[in-house]
Parts: sequence; C-alpha cells; structure tokens
Amino acid sequence: MSYPTLTADQVNSGDSLPELSKDVSPVTVVLGAMASRDWRPQHHDHKFATENNGVRDIFMNTPNLAAWFERYVTDWTGPYGRMGWIRFRMKDSVFPGETMVFNGTVTGVDTDDVGCAWAEVELELVSGGRTTTVCTARVALPAHEGDNPWKRRGDDWKPRASS
Amino acid sequence: MSDLPAEVQGWIGQKRYEIEGEFDVEPGYIYTTCSSVENGNPIYWDEKAANEITEGLIAPPAMISVWFRPHLWAPNRTEQVMPLQVHFDLKETFGLPEAVMSDNTVTFGEPVRPGDRLRTWQVLRKVSGEKKTKLGTGRFWDIDVEYVNQGGEWVGTESYTGYGYRRDS
Repeated sequence: MSYPTLTADQVNSGDSLPELSKDVSPVTVVLGAMASRDWRPQHHDHKFATENNGVRDIFMNTPNLAAWFERYVTDWTGPYGRMGWIRFRMKDSVFPGETMVFNGTVTGVDTDDVGCAWAEVELELVSGGRTTTVCTARVALPAHEGDNPWKRRGDDWKPRASS
Repeated sequence: MSDLPAEVQGWIGQKRYEIEGEFDVEPGYIYTTCSSVENGNPIYWDEKAANEITEGLIAPPAMISVWFRPHLWAPNRTEQVMPLQVHFDLKETFGLPEAVMSDNTVTFGEPVRPGDRLRTWQVLRKVSGEKKTKLGTGRFWDIDVEYVNQGGEWVGTESYTGYGYRRDS
C-alpha cells in the first residue's frame, strides 16, 4: 500500500506548511495531561490554577504541546517523515476557550554526510491571538521515492548533525 | 579559573541518577497520546503500515519522557528520583530558590517500540559563572537527560538550559 510521501526534492526553503487549527476545550487540556502522565493540578484543577498559579484557567502541559507539534510536522511529511530533533521556547500558556493555530516555514533543506535528506522548519503556535510557543525542528525526509529514513540505524542516523 | 565548588565540578560530564522505567512502553498510552492530538499517523495505529515503514508499531518519538513519568500510585513504591534531579541539586547547592527553563531540545535516536523498557540518566554539561538578568542574579546550566532501550541503543536525549536565580532585593 502507498502512503502520502513528501520527498526532499519537493521541498524548498521558504515553503509554508499547511495551517492547522484546533479549538481548545477543558477536555483537550485534561486529556493531554493524562496522556503524558502529568498529574500536576494546574492541568486539571481550575481552582488550583487560578489561585496558586495566578493564571485564568487550567493550561496545556508542555509534553502534550510537543505531541501537537510532532503531529503538525508529520501531517505535512506523511509517515515516512522522521523527526531528528525539536527545540521549544515557551512564551505563554494555552487555555480552554482559545483556538490554537499552528504555522510553519521551511528554513533549509540539506543532505548530511551519510546521505540522509533533511528539512528544517520554524514553527509557531498562536493561541487566543498570542504567540505561545515557538519551535524549530529538523525532520528527515525520503530523498526520493523508495527511500525511507526509518531504515537508518546506528551511524547512518545522525540527527544531531546540525543541532 | 572556575568559581564552581569542587562538588559541582565533579558532576560535570558524569552520569547521575540512572534508573530503569517502572513499566514497559505500552500501546494504551500511545493510543491515548495520539488521540489527544488527533494524530492519525499509521505507524502508530496500523500494524501493516508500521511493518512496511518502521518495521513494526512504534511510539511517537515526542513521548520519550512519558515512559519515566510514574503512575500516580504503585504498590511497594519507595523513594523516586525527581525528573531533572540535577537541576534541583544545583538550585540547592547554589542557594538559588527560583528557576526557569529557557530552552528545551529533544533529539531522537532509535524508534521506541511497545514492550521496550527504557533506562535514563542525567548529565550536567556546564554551569556558568554568576550572571545578573532581569529576573535576578544566578547561574545558567545545561543538563542532558539521556535515554536508551533495553539493548543499550540510544533512543533520545532531552537537553535543557536552566537558569537558577534569586530575586534582587
């Protein structure tokens, strides 16, 4: 069976990733915290979040935000895309009642010294109209149809090369 | 010449707080995570696709730290190492009550698969001299959290830059 596959020769610096939008409910926040075994009350207890953290509601936890970014990137690449690294900078929190909007831009395409093709992307999450997280990621792509970055093992997998 | 206490200098580059996960990598949490972010990537859901692409089902790479977050309760549990214990050691050693994490990079190695049992440890990479910022006065430090599977293969590293500080009065 064939799956949607983005190959490196289809990608150029300056390309935009398709926008992803998601309305955030309390369930979005609580499910994300539970999925990442994060039992800290600011992610499920409104009273604790407002009175102890001084914020206006419960808010999304960082591991779940990482999972959202990962999903966003691999929605674009298809299943043959393999994340090499991802770097976050948190600027604000994501609250229920907001709409999260993910955007991304390709900042580079290269091939490393073992022949693995890579794209680097800059990503931004805007929630409730505020930029809450900025992120950079490096993702391996098939160099051509029939190539598969997931087959790379040991010394043929160098995700740290440009980190 | 470094102004770091000998104890802290001795931590730099050393593996500390090595532990094994309390449980195997389990499909239930993989599905819950994928569901929470509406991730339909077939390498997490579809065995046939996963066999073709990733040589079997795998966990989303970004879940790497999930496998060391304990269940809320477990029988016969004794004391646990806190995630990023080295960070808390540094705060205590330098007497810095406040801290923020300014940067977090996760690098991914071999895929993590259901049934794997991972190990992790923490390595202090460097500590700055005392610095004054708008938050207060303190020090920056870089900590790596390394993860390997039961075969000793590297599966990922989380790298944190922390800043421990005291507010200026």
